Amino acid sequence: MSHEAVRVDPDMEYLTPGVVDLEQMFWTGLGATYTHCNQVWPNLYIGDKKTALEKPGLVEMGVTHIINAAEGTWNNVSTEMIHSLFLVNPSGDIFLEKHWKSVVSRSVCDYFLEAREKALDPEDVPPVISTPHHYLISIYRDKLFFLSVIQTEVPPLFVIEFLHRVAEMIQDYFGECSETVIKDNVVMVYELLEEMLDNGFPLATESNVLKEMIRPPTILRSVVNTLTGSSNVGDKLPTGQLSTIPWRRAGVKYTNNEAYFDVVEEIDAILDRTGTTVFAEIQGVVEACVKLSGMPDLTLSFMNPRLLDDVSFHPCVRYKRWESERVLSFIPPDGNFTLMTYHVNAQNLVAIPVYVKHSINFFESGSGGRLDLTVGPKQTMGKTVEGVLVTVHMPKTVLSVSLNATQGSYTYDNATKVLVWDIGKLNPQKLPNLRGSLSLQTGAPKPEENPSLNIDLKIQQLAISGLKVNRLDMFGEKYKPFKGVKYITKAGKFQVRM
Amino acid sequence: MTPMQKLLQLPVNAMNMVKTAQDQMGLQDEAKSPVMSPDGGNHNWYNGEPNDPRHARFGSGGGGGDQEQEERAHLEEGGGGGSGLTSLVTQPLRHDDLKEMLDSNKDSLKLEAMKRIVAMIARGKNASDLFPAVVKNVACKNIEVKKLVYVYLVRYAEEQQDLALLSISTFQRGLKDPNQLIRASALRVLSSIRVTIIVPIMMLAIKEAASDMSPYVRKTAAHAIPKLYSLDPDQKDCLIEVIEKLLADKTTLVAGSVVMAFEEVCPERIDLIHKNYRKLCNLLIDVEEWGQVVIINMLTRYARTQFLNPNMNESLLEEGGGEKAFYGSDGDDDEEEDKDEKDKKKAEAPSVVKRKPYVMDPDHRLLLRNTKPLLQSRNAAVVMAVAQLYFHLAPKAEVGVIAKALVRLMRSHSEVQYVVLQNVATMSIKRRGMFEPYLKSFYIRSTDPTQIKVLKLEVLTNLANETNISTILREFQTYIKSMDKDFVAATIQAIGRCATNIGEVRDTCLNGLVQLLSNRDELVVAESVVVIKKLLQMQPEQHSDIIKHMAKLTDNIQVPMARASILWLIGEYCEHVPKIAPDVLRKMAKTFTNEEDIVKLQIINLAAKLYLTNSKQTKLLTQYVLNLAKYDQNYDIRDRARFIRQLIVPTDKSGALSKYAKKLFLALKPAPVLESPFKDRDHFQLGSLSHLLNAKAGGYQELPDWPEAAPDPSVRNVEVPEWTKCSSREKRKEKKVEKPFYSDSEGESGPTESADSASDTASDSESGSEESGSGSESEESDQQSESGSEEDEEEEERKKKKEKIKAKKPVPESDSEQSSEEEGKKTESKNKPRRGGSDTESGEDKDSETESSESEEEESEEESEEETKKKKKATVSKPPSKPPKIDNKKEKKEMSLLDLDDFDPAPSLSQVTPLNNFLSSSLVTDLEGLSLTDNVLSPTTITPSGNLKTYELLHRITGEGLSVEYCFSRQPFSPDPHMVAVQIQFTNSAASEAKNLHIEDAKLQSGMRMKEFPEIETLPAGETVSVVMGIDFCDSTQAANFQLCTHTRKFFVSIQPPVGELMMPIFMTENEFKKEQETLLQSPGQLMGMNEITEKVTLGEKCHGEHAVIQRVTTAANLSRVPCGSDKECSPPVPLPPSPVHRFAGKTVTSGSLVLVSVVTKDNGAAQVTVNCEKMVIGTMLVKDILQTLTQ
Repeated sequence: MSHEAVRVDPDMEYLTPGVVDLEQMFWTGLGATYTHCNQVWPNLYIGDKKTALEKPGLVEMGVTHIINAAEGTWNNVSTEMIHSLFLVNPSGDIFLEKHWKSVVSRSVCDYFLEAREKALDPEDVPPVISTPHHYLISIYRDKLFFLSVIQTEVPPLFVIEFLHRVAEMIQDYFGECSETVIKDNVVMVYELLEEMLDNGFPLATESNVLKEMIRPPTILRSVVNTLTGSSNVGDKLPTGQLSTIPWRRAGVKYTNNEAYFDVVEEIDAILDRTGTTVFAEIQGVVEACVKLSGMPDLTLSFMNPRLLDDVSFHPCVRYKRWESERVLSFIPPDGNFTLMTYHVNAQNLVAIPVYVKHSINFFESGSGGRLDLTVGPKQTMGKTVEGVLVTVHMPKTVLSVSLNATQGSYTYDNATKVLVWDIGKLNPQKLPNLRGSLSLQTGAPKPEENPSLNIDLKIQQLAISGLKVNRLDMFGEKYKPFKGVKYITKAGKFQVRM
Repeated sequence: MTPMQKLLQLPVNAMNMVKTAQDQMGLQDEAKSPVMSPDGGNHNWYNGEPNDPRHARFGSGGGGGDQEQEERAHLEEGGGGGSGLTSLVTQPLRHDDLKEMLDSNKDSLKLEAMKRIVAMIARGKNASDLFPAVVKNVACKNIEVKKLVYVYLVRYAEEQQDLALLSISTFQRGLKDPNQLIRASALRVLSSIRVTIIVPIMMLAIKEAASDMSPYVRKTAAHAIPKLYSLDPDQKDCLIEVIEKLLADKTTLVAGSVVMAFEEVCPERIDLIHKNYRKLCNLLIDVEEWGQVVIINMLTRYARTQFLNPNMNESLLEEGGGEKAFYGSDGDDDEEEDKDEKDKKKAEAPSVVKRKPYVMDPDHRLLLRNTKPLLQSRNAAVVMAVAQLYFHLAPKAEVGVIAKALVRLMRSHSEVQYVVLQNVATMSIKRRGMFEPYLKSFYIRSTDPTQIKVLKLEVLTNLANETNISTILREFQTYIKSMDKDFVAATIQAIGRCATNIGEVRDTCLNGLVQLLSNRDELVVAESVVVIKKLLQMQPEQHSDIIKHMAKLTDNIQVPMARASILWLIGEYCEHVPKIAPDVLRKMAKTFTNEEDIVKLQIINLAAKLYLTNSKQTKLLTQYVLNLAKYDQNYDIRDRARFIRQLIVPTDKSGALSKYAKKLFLALKPAPVLESPFKDRDHFQLGSLSHLLNAKAGGYQELPDWPEAAPDPSVRNVEVPEWTKCSSREKRKEKKVEKPFYSDSEGESGPTESADSASDTASDSESGSEESGSGSESEESDQQSESGSEEDEEEEERKKKKEKIKAKKPVPESDSEQSSEEEGKKTESKNKPRRGGSDTESGEDKDSETESSESEEEESEEESEEETKKKKKATVSKPPSKPPKIDNKKEKKEMSLLDLDDFDPAPSLSQVTPLNNFLSSSLVTDLEGLSLTDNVLSPTTITPSGNLKTYELLHRITGEGLSVEYCFSRQPFSPDPHMVAVQIQFTNSAASEAKNLHIEDAKLQSGMRMKEFPEIETLPAGETVSVVMGIDFCDSTQAANFQLCTHTRKFFVSIQPPVGELMMPIFMTENEFKKEQETLLQSPGQLMGMNEITEKVTLGEKCHGEHAVIQRVTTAANLSRVPCGSDKECSPPVPLPPSPVHRFAGKTVTSGSLVLVSVVTKDNGAAQVTVNCEKMVIGTMLVKDILQTLTQ
């Protein structure tokens, strides 16, 4: 190739730039945007793989032949679902990368980082980003981004669900899912990822199976390991994959056989400014902690299963049995798991445990305003409402607040404009009240928008839908297990419009 | 790497070569850093590179390097956490040290080194120069070290191919290891090493592993296939052979992986699926979640090529009113039928469209049925996969079932919500009615991320119609006050779309938007202007005042798009505002130079239009504007000005075109159609990446169009070799033993089916046999199944119950009584919440019948005809014999489906013992030494308990000539009063005698006991013998599993008792009965009503009269009749005028808990069944059984 500019066609004035010029262009950039295909000569195109794979498009252009001039390892056929995984912290640093086939350069994350900077909130980063050569599918969880690189068509939910499973697994192993924890256990995380995904396709995602291959760290073991110099990789080969029940490991033994079930219900509601319920429903989940030896076959029945409007199950639950008898029949995984989630529809008239009396006024002059909030119990079924927390997202122009709370304490974050009032236990005799004045940015117009209140609360020993576990029976094992059920009601997305 | 990237790297490489000439290690990584990347994330890493351990050993490094340094130290501490070498960690190790450690003899040192290396890889550092040292350890005995070496190998083997070959022999050895896990992991790593030279070795290994005994190894083989394919696509043909082989695999473990391989390697070879289609459908529920997604997606494509469009007939109506018709007919069979008929007429009348009435392929139905339970999966991807399958494949009326599941997903993580909402948005355009009931679930919370808000808004807009628009608009009003301005803008657009789509609210919306024009937020105003402009275009005449109002806004609004919109409006409708328009132009001319480009263009436009309509006033102004534009910086504007000047200002040169200037500029413009961006997105397969991006992603498989004519369905028939035929039944049983999860559910469905299912099937087969003509039967079945699913929907909305009764009408039970009964039904059916669910099951059952091959179907039709005739006869003479018969028939059929075997259903086997020969039937039992006189108190003479239902324990084909049946003899089992007596009858129909019949290896649930029968030494050919055994079922309907052994074979069998057999009759007077009932009701510690279950029922037509009721109840459960106060029950039925009460009493066999049943009949055929029992489960099940028998 010549280094000088050359005239290719004597009839045209166009000079093909020489290498130096080209290089210069690449250095400085032309400002041209990437296109998949360019006509570089009459009837001659240079395009990328995407173009080459789209037959109709080629026909349209009149392409008859394709010369593959690509170099590298994955230009032939790419056949994996998830190609690479990057973990990115809130400040945009990539602190872990894992590739299942050939390495994808970190630079691919730049598209993502760009989108992240554009978004005001990390939640607003689009989960799917298309780049010239890859697709980036990411989740935001526990202040971390799990970013996967995809090359071909794959159901996005497949990837998203898998990434969440990875996060859950880290949480399960190390107690929390944070940058420090992952960095501290980087080798183990790496091994986990290796087991969870083979050639981009999920292999072992059940916690029970994974735990047999790679034992989770415990304080005791780390001490032992220090002494013996061994690590956490399982010494024995796993057997879990081979049992007929993929979610339960074989040979479980406990001295105390226990099975605990937590029925946790969350009230999702939107109340309008008059206190009328715009929308309300109950989302429930039955969390189980089962520590039983052998292969127990459990049957959990409810007093009033008809309440449940829509359910989803852990794979261990026999669906047919539920359909015909409305009982949960299952061989549980070992340890903690979510047995089922359910939904109680709005039609069943959801009880709203608290009410809020509120008024917020801004003075016409625009210099300030007043806020007055009172929270009181409404339908609590005779239980105490605890852990009440009111969050108000103030308009942007509110500079500071000066309030007086009769109970609990409040904080106001000027950067995020969030007012948090931590009330604690609700006393029906003396209703907590928060009132005082707001000061606004000087010169700013009176805000038009209405803030909304988010309420957090907790009620122990109550399932607000009235769901009751009837009994738990165990078959298949001889011992008598210790059984327990706990109910708790929380506020889910509980919002009051002001 | 594409050429583009390659090119981009050139200069970087060059630069780096100068910069870090000696840094060989860093080069490769840096080569991959593109120039165009912003400083952001890359920066840190980029700077960090020169600080690689060997350079930065003594901790120099500047700038970002320091931080990196710290980070590394931290990391390494973690990597080596808990080891004895922590002291070394503070100083990063040189690679030499690592090599030393790897070469040492101590496993702990090796492990430590490997951990650090893996940690390096995890951070994206290059560790390739350690390859020789690492690869040596591939044969290390320590399994932990080995694992980490594997990790390393997979990562770097491709770069160091020659060295990697050193490790191959280890894996080859591993492939032969007796331990399946070692074989699997060897194959896994071997196939992950991307070294071309070992392709033949890999191929061989995969082939071998594909026929490995262990399913786990076979799964690994399936995983290896795409790996090899991507390494060397030339192996495709060989690989397809392997795939074909693995597709035939029957284990759930393999199914998901092999379908994935199929999708990657040869998705076009749909013919490979035919033979495995039914198997895949049936296995689906037990495949792991990820495999389910892949299989469902593949089957969607398959079904699109193999079956006919179930909505074929409706597609004629689809345009315009189609949707309405669909919603109207929701769950209304009457209308449905009407429409079907109409459709048929339509299809027949104009012979242009020659379509046969649509008949759903049973395999199509099979797919829909088997995927439906997966909507309850916890995995969002699975739910989505099923949802898209239903959307693309199901008849319109059935698609609705997915809505609930999709709405549930909206509770999940925001990313899941994002994807689901995109799909819901697409679906809600095509099938609005589906999501309407869930409108409120799409209401927006202020805490939702903006992208979710916008999508929810999209769905809400799509769902808006005349009836709900007021609610939606009220909701929108709240949104407009949100603090999130992007969202507010989207809301305004949504209002605009609602206004265009729904004429009734157009004015309201317009007024609302005009009010927004005085909003303080400019963005809001601007967006409103743009939307108002679009709305006004639809009916400008009526709204000149709004245009005037907007003209005033030009002074205040600065948002270019809004200004441009106002100017366009004024120009377009300058006749409506003749006075204001020139003035606006005057103002604009003043500010022209400072305007944005789009505004400038509109100013020119406005000027041109005014020049044409009102040249007197505006001629000069226009000239002025055009002159300004002539010298504008933007070439578009200069061009436009030049063009317009030529067009509107007539000169000599301007030619003919200027004559038409007015026509050109002032032509009527069609109003814009505000369309959803999700319109027609469904040409992409839903749930796919391509759908989400609205662009084809690489490797996307187009969803094929339905075929015009159905391809041959017989390709899916599997020829069952003789041996499979024999053992398939057995296999099922075996499965039951080893894998309770799967078969339990299957076994369960039988006995717990409730009243309706049986009656439905009965009536259905009746109607099927009455109608003659080809295809009528399967059509019937289709209709049936459709109504089944509709009824399912009704479960959600119980208010529609009434329609359901109507839906039943076509079923020919046309007695004159029927109508009056129906009246009763209508009112009473509300109290039967279970109906819906069980109905679906009946639909399914019916389907499974049709699944069997064509010839069989005919046969079964004949059979059913025969049977129904018999049944009719039977019901006249001995009504209670009906239910068992139907059950038996159904059992038979289900079996025949599985066996694919057209054996004679052998009515003689299932022959119900006639009413009157109770004595003879129990004769055998008597001979066994159990005399009737044992239970003097049990009023067997009163109880007409004659009908002993026989169940099959072992079919003669499965049992190789030995057939075994059992029945519950209802006699006390004398050796142990807590056991239920089961009478077992062996028939040897084989040529040779059977020896040593006995029971072995009973697998019983805890608490259950079994008393085996004494061994039968010989059973000559053609003989029959009966024995009695006792089983203590612990008052549960759990099956007792055991092996039935002959001298040659063992058969896994199970006995599952109907709930009615778990009790024995006790004698009680009416007063006692009442007293006990009272006590039960008030038992301490229990809630009232816990022990009492009451259901209302409409008696079946054959079930009138006291006698029938008593007979049926006692057939269903082993109870004894409680004599009514007087001795009336002896005299022929003189029903007590108000409401005769029949009472029955019994106690459970094991625990002796009382079971009290009372049936109150009313003269219109209604009845109320009350069961009192401490055991709630037994009570519930018993009620169901009794209801079932009474409704027939």
